[in-house]
Amino acid sequence: MRLSSELIDGAQVVRVEEERIDASVAIQFKDRMRDIAGGGGRMILDLGRVAFVDSSGLGAIVAVMKFLAPACKLELAALSPNVGKVFHMTRMDSVFTIHALAPGQGHGHGHAV
Amino acid sequence: MGMPSDQSPQTDGAWVFFQFRADGAEVRCALQQVQSRLRGQLAPDDVGALELALAEVLNNIIEHAYAGQVPGQVSVSVARSARDNALVCRIEDDGQPMPGLTLPEGRMQPVADRTEDLAEGGWGWALIRALTRDISYRRSGNRNHLQFHLPLTA
Repeated sequence: MRLSSELIDGAQVVRVEEERIDASVAIQFKDRMRDIAGGGGRMILDLGRVAFVDSSGLGAIVAVMKFLAPACKLELAALSPNVGKVFHMTRMDSVFTIHALAPGQGHGHGHAV
Repeated sequence: MGMPSDQSPQTDGAWVFFQFRADGAEVRCALQQVQSRLRGQLAPDDVGALELALAEVLNNIIEHAYAGQVPGQVSVSVARSARDNALVCRIEDDGQPMPGLTLPEGRMQPVADRTEDLAEGGWGWALIRALTRDISYRRSGNRNHLQFHLPLTA
C-alpha cells in the first residue's frame, strides 16, 4: 500500500498511490495511515488514483477518521464516480467533507462527485 | 477456467466464468479480470456496480462461508439476461450454509451522530441488495448457489 504525503497550505495531503482500497488491503491501509499521520490539524486524503473501494475499504477510511479525531480532521478529495457512489449509497458522504479536486493538483485533475 | 456446465436457459450464455480459491488476493485478481473483460462492452457505471456487488458477495464468502477452514473454491459466472436489460450473476461455493438458509435482510444502517460511534462495516449486504434485483439463494448438497440480476443503465 503506497501512500505519499505532503504539506499544502497547512494541511497534510495524503495521496493513495493505488487503484484499490479493498478487503485485501484494508488493514494495511489503516496501519500505513497511522504511521503517516502527522498529528493535529487537517488531513486531506487524495483518492484521485483510486478506482475501487468496497465496504471493507470504506470501513478502513472511517476507522482512520475515528482514530485521527478529534485532534485531526480527515477530509476526502478527488473521488471517482464509482468511489463516490459507495460513499453516497452508505450515506458516508454526509460524514466527510469531500472536495472535488485534490489540493496542489491544478485544474482538470480528479472528478467531481 | 471454462464455460459453466449448467448454463441457464434464461441467458445468452456466460460472458465471464471464473473459478478460483476464496482468498483476498485471488478475489482481487478475478475482479480485475471481470473489469477488464467487460470494460468497453458495458457502461462504466455498470461495470463499477458489477464489480462492487461481486466484491461484497465474495468477501462474505471468504469471511463467513469459509470462516475457520481452508479456503475452498468459488465460481462466478456473468451472463446477459435474455429477458431484460440486466446481467445474471451466479456465484457458487462449497462453504458453510447461510445461517437459517436465508439471505441477510441487509438494511442500510443509520449514520451515527458522533464520530466515535460510526460503524466501520456492516454495509455489505445492504450494498448487494441496493445494487441487484431478483436475488436468490439455494443450498444444494454442500454447495451454496447465489444468483442475482444486475440492472444495466445503458
